[in-house]
Amino acid sequence: MIEIKGVYFTYPTGVEALKGVSLTIRDGEFVAIMGSNGAGKTTLVKQFNGLLKPAKGEVLVDGVNTRKVSIASLARKVGFVFQNPDNQLFCENAEEEIAFALKNFGFKEETVKSRVTWALNLLGLTQYRQTSPFMLSGGERKRLALASVLAWEPKVVVLDEPTIGQDFEQKERLRQFIVQLNAQGKTVIIVTHDVEFVADCGPRVVLMAEGKIVADGNAKEILTDKELAFKASIVPPQITQIFLGLADFGLPTDVINVHEAGKILLDFLKEEVKP
Amino acid sequence: MSVFEGFRFRHVSSPIHRLDPRVKFFYVLVIFGVAIAFLEVLPLILLFLIQIPFVLVASVQREWIRSLKGASFLAILIFVVNFAFGYFGGFYPSSMSPWEYPLAMSLRFLVLVESFSIFFLTTSPDHLSLALEQSHVPYEFCFAFTTAVRFVPVLAEEAQTIMDAQKARGLELEKGNFIKRVRNYIPILIPLIVSAIRRSLELAEAMESRAWGATEKRTNLYVLKMRSADYTLIAISIGMVIISIYVRLFITIPSLTMLLT
Ligand SMILES: Nc1ncnc2c1ncn2[C@@H]1O[C@H](COP(=O)(O)OP(=O)(O)OP(=O)(O)O)[C@@H](O)[C@H]1O
Ligand SMILES: [Mg+2]
Repeated sequence: MIEIKGVYFTYPTGVEALKGVSLTIRDGEFVAIMGSNGAGKTTLVKQFNGLLKPAKGEVLVDGVNTRKVSIASLARKVGFVFQNPDNQLFCENAEEEIAFALKNFGFKEETVKSRVTWALNLLGLTQYRQTSPFMLSGGERKRLALASVLAWEPKVVVLDEPTIGQDFEQKERLRQFIVQLNAQGKTVIIVTHDVEFVADCGPRVVLMAEGKIVADGNAKEILTDKELAFKASIVPPQITQIFLGLADFGLPTDVINVHEAGKILLDFLKEEVKP
Repeated sequence: MSVFEGFRFRHVSSPIHRLDPRVKFFYVLVIFGVAIAFLEVLPLILLFLIQIPFVLVASVQREWIRSLKGASFLAILIFVVNFAFGYFGGFYPSSMSPWEYPLAMSLRFLVLVESFSIFFLTTSPDHLSLALEQSHVPYEFCFAFTTAVRFVPVLAEEAQTIMDAQKARGLELEKGNFIKRVRNYIPILIPLIVSAIRRSLELAEAMESRAWGATEKRTNLYVLKMRSADYTLIAISIGMVIISIYVRLFITIPSLTMLLT
């Protein structure tokens, strides 16, 4: 469980990025943190593994104050996948890249081997086992970064903008993957601008604006609220916008994904327009 | 990274910021030369002090103090090494105490840092490039130079992000003996270098595709012109040269040891 209690944070440059944020994320939850550029999302998630420490207030991970322990020991519990994979890849090949963290955490030799194989397989990277990370495509590098974190099976996985630069197929796979991770009992926290992606996953949504949390609820509530969306400069999913426009026909306005929409429309047409 | 902050330009307007960079550079060179010419503590202290008004007029005291703080470690190192060699090897002028010569060496270093810090704190990379161009340095070099200067803080920020990313994978920088610690920096240096190279290639492509170097003869929107303040600074600099030559040739500077006893 991650508890954020009245956290304030200011960068050395004087930018006040968090202004009193309180949030509790329970074990096994699936949370999407959304909001405009510069809202403080990255700053907030960096508090979860102690990369940044609050100036005021406190962050507790499983009851342990992040100020009191090292980043490495927090990282064991909270895996963090950075927005830009180039910030972390440095090894000769994919295999070593994944083994790096495992060695840091002091896993046994055999465990390291089996975990590496497992993680490569998990993200469809097995054929790149001996390939230099720098030769991989952007999307593949991103998956390798993810694999290198999942390998040590952290309890909580934080993904900063995981969908950027992924083609449709990879995005869909990523979505299934994330949902599956969550179903296995992992806490998953994603930071994203991709409303359609969130609509398809249907997690709890935490909306941020200017260093504060402005809304917190399930995806349906948050994504169909036009005013809220405007405040945090996100746009409701396209399908929601259509349904908001069709409200006069007695259609529901809280539709966020295409499958759901298809069913409702089909039922509606069957009723109204008899062939 | 705070050492970089002590050299990083910020847009402020002050009489010092408006000075012609060529003149400022000349002044820095003069300070440099004078600092090399003297090995006595007194003139070096003087040299250190006469630059403080510049710092105050330019109101960059916070950054300036930062740069000195960053340099103080090296200054202390210089003192210790020189003292050790002088004291145990007996290499110091007989008119001085063993601590005076090392003190002068580290003061000299501080004076140099101080003057370069003032120069970079008050000269925008654009002005610097203009100055180089108008001194007939080929434009490619000017551009490369100013780009390099401009990317230092970007690189420093990136290094921070990379450190964060590796710490999140359980890397502990402060762990192990000396060699292990140095090796701990490999996971930071490699991504940093790779991304710097990648960025420079991307920058080159972006520039080529925006027709960089298409015109043979470049003209500038702004042209540097010397003003009265610039001539004043030149006069001051030349004055300093003359005075120090005179002092060097005709006056024996008492050592601190002699004054104190
Ligand atoms: N390293 C830093 N130093 C100084 N200020 C920073 C730093 N990182 C972020 N900021 C500032 O803090 C504020 C919040 O930034 P943050 O990166 O948390 O936003 P974000 O919500 O993740 O935005 P984005 O959607 O663009 O990723 C911004 O105003 C930003 O300019
Ligand atoms: Mg961000």
